[in-house]
Amino acid sequence: MTLYILRTLVKMVVTLFVIVTLVFFATRLSGSPLDTFLGEGLTPEDREAMIRYFGLEGSIWQQYVSYLRGLLEGNFGLSFLERRPVAQIVAERIGPSLQLLGSSLVLTICVAVPLGVIAALNRSSWVGSAVMALAFVGYAVPNFVIATFMVLLFAFTLNWLPVVGNGTALHFIMPTIAMSGVLIAALTRFTRNAMLDVLGQDFMRTARAKGLPETVVILKHGLRNAGVTVLSVLGLQIAGMAAAGNVVVEAIFSWPGIGELLVKAAIVRDYPVLQFGVITVSCAVVVINAVTDILYAVADPRIRMAKG
Amino acid sequence: MIEAPVLSVKSLSVAFGAHEAVHDLSFDIHAGETLALVGESGSGKSATALAVLRLIEREGGRITAGQIRLGRDAPVDLAALSDRQMQVYRGNRISMIFQEPMTSLNPVMRIGEQLAEVLRRHQGLSRAEAMRAAGQALDQVRIPDPARRLRQYPHELSGGLRQRVMIAIALACRPDVLIADEPTTALDVTTQAEVLRLLKALQTELGMAVLFITHDMGVVAEVADRALVLRHGKTEEVATVAQLFEAPRSRYARDLMAATPRLGTAPLRAPVAQAEPVLTVEGLSKGFALGGGLFQPKTVTQAVDDVSFEIRPGETLGLVGESGCGKSTLSRALMRLIEPDAGRVRLAGRDITQLDAAALRQARADIQMVFQDPFASLNPRMKIADLVTEPAHLHSGIIGEARRALAEDLLERVTLSRGDADRYAHQFSGGQRQRLCIARALSVSPKVIVADEAVSALDVSTAARITALMQTLQEEMRIAFLFISHDIAVVERVSHRIAVMYQGRIVETGPVGEVLHDPKHPYTQKLLSAVPAAVPGARPVSTARMPLSEPAE
Repeated sequence: MTLYILRTLVKMVVTLFVIVTLVFFATRLSGSPLDTFLGEGLTPEDREAMIRYFGLEGSIWQQYVSYLRGLLEGNFGLSFLERRPVAQIVAERIGPSLQLLGSSLVLTICVAVPLGVIAALNRSSWVGSAVMALAFVGYAVPNFVIATFMVLLFAFTLNWLPVVGNGTALHFIMPTIAMSGVLIAALTRFTRNAMLDVLGQDFMRTARAKGLPETVVILKHGLRNAGVTVLSVLGLQIAGMAAAGNVVVEAIFSWPGIGELLVKAAIVRDYPVLQFGVITVSCAVVVINAVTDILYAVADPRIRMAKG
Repeated sequence: MIEAPVLSVKSLSVAFGAHEAVHDLSFDIHAGETLALVGESGSGKSATALAVLRLIEREGGRITAGQIRLGRDAPVDLAALSDRQMQVYRGNRISMIFQEPMTSLNPVMRIGEQLAEVLRRHQGLSRAEAMRAAGQALDQVRIPDPARRLRQYPHELSGGLRQRVMIAIALACRPDVLIADEPTTALDVTTQAEVLRLLKALQTELGMAVLFITHDMGVVAEVADRALVLRHGKTEEVATVAQLFEAPRSRYARDLMAATPRLGTAPLRAPVAQAEPVLTVEGLSKGFALGGGLFQPKTVTQAVDDVSFEIRPGETLGLVGESGCGKSTLSRALMRLIEPDAGRVRLAGRDITQLDAAALRQARADIQMVFQDPFASLNPRMKIADLVTEPAHLHSGIIGEARRALAEDLLERVTLSRGDADRYAHQFSGGQRQRLCIARALSVSPKVIVADEAVSALDVSTAARITALMQTLQEEMRIAFLFISHDIAVVERVSHRIAVMYQGRIVETGPVGEVLHDPKHPYTQKLLSAVPAAVPGARPVSTARMPLSEPAE
């Protein structure tokens, strides 16, 4: 088990290194990032000064090496726009993003898992079909459509909910629902299928033959097994949500998180911020995946065994 | 008998939709008695068991008539109880063990938890008390080191140990009645013998009544006092086991007894004429690397270890061994479906281990395979005419009229009708499908057929017809068979010579009569003594605590 965790961590470090490298070279494909940012009209002396100020001297390889060294030392560069360390800028944004991610996750699990179980238990009645139809619709509607619809209805027409920022609990309602919509749909379908799979297993019959009440059979024996499969998908979904879902939803609701920061940085071409923002999100995805892997092994003894 | 039965089933009928699976079934079982419910697949054995435990509703069936009375003094009619009322009896006064020990335990729960939850529910024990009682229950089913087993998960245990755990769960609350549904069918014979002895011993200790469901007459002879023969849901015969074996009254019971292979009773097949062997295997080896990773060295398991044998035209070599002994790896390695590590295979005078891919494809026409599962090994989307002629089409490009004629000819050879050529595989029964597999193998006129557990999934009467067909075809076409099976009695019936495989090696080989009547290797002796005799009282069941001979993992 220890070995397995160790291996997962090594994999994680390698992945992060690859991401950092890709991001670094991708932002430099169109020449010096500073040129794109500052445009024309600088004297050569000013230009030299700016290059030194932002640590962009030397060949691209020298820059890469000094960038990597900077990362290791915890020096992630300065924002072109705000002239302060990008780490500081990104750090301010992590909290709100995590809050939104957390509330969406809680909502997703609380809604999707019970719905999935209900759909599985009632698969041949109208209840099961209704849940699945709902999930199908939820899956087909993109989150920005849900977001726009909610803003029009609850904010502009009914005037019940605030749109901009994250000041109060009320501010969480619409972004959380917008983030969770597709996830709930996906996870409901997945939970249902995992549960259906488990319901037909021999050990469920054994549990009933023991004289256990049906609720115990379903929740203790059934859900525990289905949960193992659901967990693996959940990890991927959260990772996806951390990476992509955030950008759109945060931008729509002007949520002061990383997603919104990335959109702004891309528009004004503030590459150090964009670079570090992407690295941070990638780190989050990689970490979530690694944690899921480890949790998966903890939840399923067979995998724990196979992975040593 | 003066005292009342513990379980009394009266005029029970069970239906799945419009189909009646069990019709008007009645039987009594007394304390300490074992009643065997015998029948082939589809006879309604399992439906009866599930009905008694009232689990049939979960499987989509229902009890349409009858009573199921449990208890001697104040009997309760289980058929009339609600599901909630039934929970009090299940796992407590009446419990069940199932056929598949590999899948009947919850894979993500520890053994201890799975045992303890029965005790907590029915005996109201605390967590700690239940765990202690669970340890005792494991000890009762002779599982060594129970404290460690409690913390293990099912996948860490062998099939035999898992079935012991199932028995421990079923018996934890000392039930009045135990229903055992084919409890040893998925186990090797040596493990089966141990589990049967254990069940018998526990029955004597606890005095419970046992309803033992099986298709195996050998097992009936060994464990049961009385037997009830079922066919298509109807009772064919109820008799004491001695009566059933000596003088079965119903015609079906007589047929069933005749179809059951009994070790040491089959007429020996005359040795085939001396001739150049058609298949010669020399020093064949195949190992598999296990584990291995970033910081771990690989360990190699020798699945096939320096195996040599030969088969002459028209001869059947029976290859016997228990699960994991390397039988299937051997059959795949000798056809080069997997590459052997070492050794030579000469087929019809050619060393096929040296052939390149194209030449190997040609050579494979001489050696064909018939697999265990006739349901999985036939493409459901192909017409039978195309399906049975596919190897011939691939090897010689036969098409059109000629291909159709070949298909019809092959179907006749395996005693199916010409008209079957236009049907699909799902329209055939298990036995018919295995005939189709044989027809397909015959389409390229092979010199050797490898039959890997080819009749193991079939009912005895069907299996007997298939082996008879193989024998006829062999005599007509001088085909050599490598007949691989875990069932020695079947192997005895079809083979000229026997090879016994154990841990990747062939430990003994020789003519059938010699190996079976005068086994030299200790493993062969152990294997033979574990086979149920199909003669009541042939092997006294010891109730003493016996050591566990399977390797504890």
